[in-house]
Amino acid sequence: MTAAALLGATGRSFAGMLGALGRFVGFAGQAVGWMLRRPFHLRELGVQLIQIGWLSLPVVGMTALFTGAALALQIFAGSARYGAEFAVPSITAIGMVRELGPVLGGLMVAARVASSIAAEIGTMKVSEQIDALRTLAVEPMQYLTVPRLLAATLAMPVLVAVGDSIGILGGYAVGVTRLGFDGPTYLANTLDFLEFWDIGSGLVKGAVFGFLVALSGCYFGMTSGRGAQGVGEATKSAVVLASVLILASNYLLTEAFFTS
Amino acid sequence: MISADTLFKGFGAKQVLRGVSFDVPKGESLVVIGGSGTGKSVLLKCLLGLERPDSGSVEVAGLRNPRPQVLAAHVGMLFQGAALFDSIPVWQNIAFRLMRGPGRLRAPEAKALAIEKLARVGLDKGTADLFPAELSGGMQKRVGLARAIAGDPPVLFFDEPTAGLDPIMSAVINALIREIVTEMGATALTITHDMRTLRDVADRVAMLHEGRFYWQGTTAEALTTDDPVMRQFTEGRTTGPIPTLR
Repeated sequence: MTAAALLGATGRSFAGMLGALGRFVGFAGQAVGWMLRRPFHLRELGVQLIQIGWLSLPVVGMTALFTGAALALQIFAGSARYGAEFAVPSITAIGMVRELGPVLGGLMVAARVASSIAAEIGTMKVSEQIDALRTLAVEPMQYLTVPRLLAATLAMPVLVAVGDSIGILGGYAVGVTRLGFDGPTYLANTLDFLEFWDIGSGLVKGAVFGFLVALSGCYFGMTSGRGAQGVGEATKSAVVLASVLILASNYLLTEAFFTS
Repeated sequence: MISADTLFKGFGAKQVLRGVSFDVPKGESLVVIGGSGTGKSVLLKCLLGLERPDSGSVEVAGLRNPRPQVLAAHVGMLFQGAALFDSIPVWQNIAFRLMRGPGRLRAPEAKALAIEKLARVGLDKGTADLFPAELSGGMQKRVGLARAIAGDPPVLFFDEPTAGLDPIMSAVINALIREIVTEMGATALTITHDMRTLRDVADRVAMLHEGRFYWQGTTAEALTTDDPVMRQFTEGRTTGPIPTLR
């Protein structure tokens, strides 16, 4: 391949990526626009709160439990080098609520929810249910996308809060049973060093991640190709994009919240 | 009641509709036939406002180039695969539009209406609480038909109503369509390549070929015409002017 051809291929690829980004951002803008318009499909919102929020609790809880436990072990091993074992409760808690709770919770929800949304909406598209909605005077963006976006945005902070608590409990269990901490002292060290914004920032991150997860699922579902292959591709792309967006936005939010 | 004027529609370099014009007067049932990939479904989507034509215009129930949301109160549509919503029971599928928007029905009224429409398509009221996944293909088509007629619309569209059904169930669905269209005095447009549907449902037949309405006539004329393209299609011959490799 000549340098010119390579340059051309790179340029086309870059232009393609920009085009895809533009379509995704345009979809997000449309979705937000539809959020503000009547009618509000409250029943659908309720269904999605259960699907996205309630049914994600086990996976988020289990992830947080083992993460908190492992985090306490790691911090103990690291802090023991400096004789700073007393910091295990506070650093475990801060690590959970600021970073690991929202990020790992977001990634688990991305795996569970973005894929499911993309597959469901993609299948609806392939089987003409989206067209059927429109012929029945229902706007698919309003009926399918908006309730999922709202539900994920509202449910994720709650999931993060529950995950944070379980993660801290995981650290507590390991701290008390394996690392020799006194239970009340461990809890006191956890609570005394946690600040409101440590928790608040994680919850805000959760809301952002929830929005991005549902947005990815809805976008790839609505733009799914035909047939099983098209839906499979949409599902995969939704999870990949949601995961990348969570990690990228996590960095940006951390910069915004904690470096000024 | 349903008309198109010099309709053009393409996707990229492929021109699918190349100047389709027709008119279906009130109360008539037009069946559009044509090979796979000739643009029948695209034509239907243009009529329903689901696709925007590149040029030309359509008029349905007195509305010119209508948006689907505006058209919804005036038309009923039976999709090829029925396109029932999996997450809600049959009765909510049937009354879906009538339970939304201004003047919407409350759940008990909507369910009563759905049961009435189910009876019209030959299904008992026990079907109302089932979910679409619990129904056979034929039952799903009947529920789709019940949904299409739920609001007693003056215009009905049917996309391949017998696709995927056995011959007996196809005959049942065709008979139901004929009865219901006649009873409601509706104007109907059906897309099919099933000759049985053509015989059972059509007042008039049009053939979509090479992006245009190539031939139009009565059902009897469609079955007896000497036109080589029509003959090849209606008789299902592999040789003739229509290429078999697409």
